[in-house]
Amino acid sequence: MSTLDTATDDIGHDHHGPASGIGRWLFTTNHKDIGSLYLWFSLLMFLTGGVMALMIRAELFQPGLQLVEPGFFNQMTTMHGLIMVFGAVMPAFVGLANWMIPMMIGAPDMALPRMNNWSFWILPFAFAILISTLLMEGGAPNFGWTFYAPLSTTYAPPSVTYFIFAIHIMGMSSIMGAINIIATILNMRAPGMTMMKLPMFVWSWLITAFLLIAVMPVLAGVVTMMLMDIHFGTSFFNAAGGGDPVLFQHVFWFFGHPEVYIMILPAFGIISHIIPTFSRKRLFGYASMVYAMASIAILSFLVWAHHMFTVGLPLVGELFFMFATMLIAVPTGVKVFNWVTTMFRGSLTFETPMLFAIAFVVLFTIGGFSGLMLAIAPVDFQYHDTYFVVAHFHYVLVPGAIFAIMAGVYYWLPKWTGHQLNERMGRLHFWLSFIGVNITFFPMHFIGLAGMPRRIPDYALQFADFNMVASIGAFIFGFSQLLFVWNVIQTVRHGEKAQARAWEGAEGLEWEVASPAPYHTFATPPRVD
Amino acid sequence: MGMIRIIPLSCALILLSASAQAEWTLNLTPGVTEVSRSVYDLHMTIFWICVAIGCVVFGVMFWSIFHHRKSRGAKAHHFHEHTAVEVMWTLIPLGILVAMAVPATATLVDMYDPRDAKLDVQVTGYQWKWRYQYLDQELDFFSNLTTPREQISNTENKGEHYLLEVDRHLVLPTDTKIRFLLTANDVIHSWWVPALAVKKDAIPGFINEAWTQIDEPGLYRGQCAELCGKDHGFMPIVVEAVPPDQFEQWVAGMKAEKQAQQQASERTWTLDELMAQGEQVYLSSCAACHQANGAGLPPAFPALKGSAIAVGDVQAHIDIVLHGKPGTAMQAFAEQLSPAELAAVITYERNAWGNSTGEAVSPAQVSRVLAGEGAAEEGM
Repeated sequence: MSTLDTATDDIGHDHHGPASGIGRWLFTTNHKDIGSLYLWFSLLMFLTGGVMALMIRAELFQPGLQLVEPGFFNQMTTMHGLIMVFGAVMPAFVGLANWMIPMMIGAPDMALPRMNNWSFWILPFAFAILISTLLMEGGAPNFGWTFYAPLSTTYAPPSVTYFIFAIHIMGMSSIMGAINIIATILNMRAPGMTMMKLPMFVWSWLITAFLLIAVMPVLAGVVTMMLMDIHFGTSFFNAAGGGDPVLFQHVFWFFGHPEVYIMILPAFGIISHIIPTFSRKRLFGYASMVYAMASIAILSFLVWAHHMFTVGLPLVGELFFMFATMLIAVPTGVKVFNWVTTMFRGSLTFETPMLFAIAFVVLFTIGGFSGLMLAIAPVDFQYHDTYFVVAHFHYVLVPGAIFAIMAGVYYWLPKWTGHQLNERMGRLHFWLSFIGVNITFFPMHFIGLAGMPRRIPDYALQFADFNMVASIGAFIFGFSQLLFVWNVIQTVRHGEKAQARAWEGAEGLEWEVASPAPYHTFATPPRVD
Repeated sequence: MGMIRIIPLSCALILLSASAQAEWTLNLTPGVTEVSRSVYDLHMTIFWICVAIGCVVFGVMFWSIFHHRKSRGAKAHHFHEHTAVEVMWTLIPLGILVAMAVPATATLVDMYDPRDAKLDVQVTGYQWKWRYQYLDQELDFFSNLTTPREQISNTENKGEHYLLEVDRHLVLPTDTKIRFLLTANDVIHSWWVPALAVKKDAIPGFINEAWTQIDEPGLYRGQCAELCGKDHGFMPIVVEAVPPDQFEQWVAGMKAEKQAQQQASERTWTLDELMAQGEQVYLSSCAACHQANGAGLPPAFPALKGSAIAVGDVQAHIDIVLHGKPGTAMQAFAEQLSPAELAAVITYERNAWGNSTGEAVSPAQVSRVLAGEGAAEEGM
């Protein structure tokens, strides 16, 4: 053991600081570096997916076809969805996990640092492959991010094979990330940090990581079955060969519904840190928060067919999935009540992270309400595949997941960079985003109820006014994100020196170390009592 | 930067909305069937429940935001658990959900009971049109979008029912229980008419069931609801509900039309007649994929202009139009079009856009191919 120590010392004289040059980023095994890589990558994908969203909204600004052909429009909706889900939201949460989990549990790094490097560095290849399909003959995937067969098999463009390969790589990255996070949390907690003392973000990620390990292989399975149907003559999803197109949807949504919670549970974790900090009061109902997340995770495996109420399930199946889906409202409600009660009789201030967190609670709850409405199967027949659904899932994903990510970035940025962010710019970004997001997505409830199907490049005249409003909102929201980019870059470069405890009410091990956090933290574990 | 954009845009918005003709529809409509009305009632009930919960939750939250802010000297209290309260806010929502589940179950059970239907209509989704077969009346026709391409590409003003108009309505009798049998020819489609509260997926290789009973005569418009490819946004549904006696007349009229079509197939057509008819058929049935100028959208939709099939062997050309090409988007048109229409469109494809074979394909020639198949089937 001692010889090994000497050997390492000989190689790297300064093992306390990062290597220099591009090699630092390519070969890094440092959780903070990898966290930063994930976050920058996710920001790049967020902007890419955002440009696609703006192309969609520009085409829908007025009835008629103005800017793009219907075929290209479908490529945009597909790529926007895939990039935002797999490229923006998921890597952002993994980035936050990388940065924060070791610091929160008093560990020196992730449990499997080399795999950590690998799980990040395969991602850019996956997305390079996916985005390159835009340049291929026949264009990019155009069958929606849910890629229902047989539209995505028999009738797909040739680029579908590249899409399948990209999904496989993304899945591998997610599984490795999840294994790493579970190994870290279960093995590397500081002495005295029992499971029921874990910070809520760590709990949320522990549960999320188990969901990932459970469902990413299902996604890999379903795309492999597609590959077989397309190239090797099988008929999993082809009725003419004895298969069943609906089987595709069952398998896809068995992945897809837990995936929805993969994109929201870490957000719950982040919000559960920010609200107590700026309320200067402990999180209300810690234990019930943990149980609620665990219940949501378990229920998420039992509700997949609520995405498929119109495929012709038997009555009993329809009823089962309706009841199970309605049940999810109970633990979700508990979480919202706990956040509100945490604020109740606190001592509140409204810095940028708190503004985003409050907007998260309000707007996520609105998305939850429309989710409850969608759970009612007979009414879902009217909502299904309309803009009402688009409004619903954008409310839980944009002012839900994305606002939580932004809240988290603003909250922990002083810890990462050692600089306080530009608060005035942060608030301007918040208000423009808040207004923009509501102008964009609230009218979609109305056009959906009025009967506009989703994924159409052109629409009947009675939907024109609200579509125009939504498009204006989208451009406000989209361009105000440049303020976020600007603010982050400015904070990285300069800004007021941040304290170790950057926010007055902040609690937790991450606030015990200096700001910026040293390259290596907790080489000797702290004692938690 | 954001601010600079908002001001002119919002001014434009106010001006536009003041002059807009279209209504600002905000909600579901109750529809015209008993089922659609109970769906609407369920929708409003769950909506108001959400509003009530929202008022309580957001009320407490905004109370805290205004009264418990540090700038007003609020000191944080230290409670962080309360078992009774936590149990209460678990059980009360559960109770509300059970109360909501009861009427929802009743409506769903009703929607799943197509027994005693008096009329069966098979609905088949095609890329990108609907086919309606009245099983007992032996009627069978396709329903295509009629909105002109010029309106879609903004070179003409848009009509009142832009994108929601078709050449043949699905005519249904009122006060009659009607059963729909839904399937698809290629990819998954979804047949949706909001006023009837019917939305059911049309899945290739499988048959789904739904039913309705319409109370009021009228035109009810809907659209395909499941992404089905390029022209998913361009395959509307128009249901025309008429009193039962008018429906009988309509059935008789349709049968007479069918006979007239048969006679048209038997007479001799000139090349000019075929070309004129062929252009019409081409624009409604072929141009969505192969484009009005015959250039197609390769690789999914090949060009016809100068293609080996359109200027090559005529039998091969007839064969692909009649039977399609399995595994591709090319459909079989033998059942979609009459022999005269088929002959016309094949003739058109062989002589338009510089494809100058000079050949006329006669309806009789097409009929012979179709009849040959009939004989072959009988022989088996």
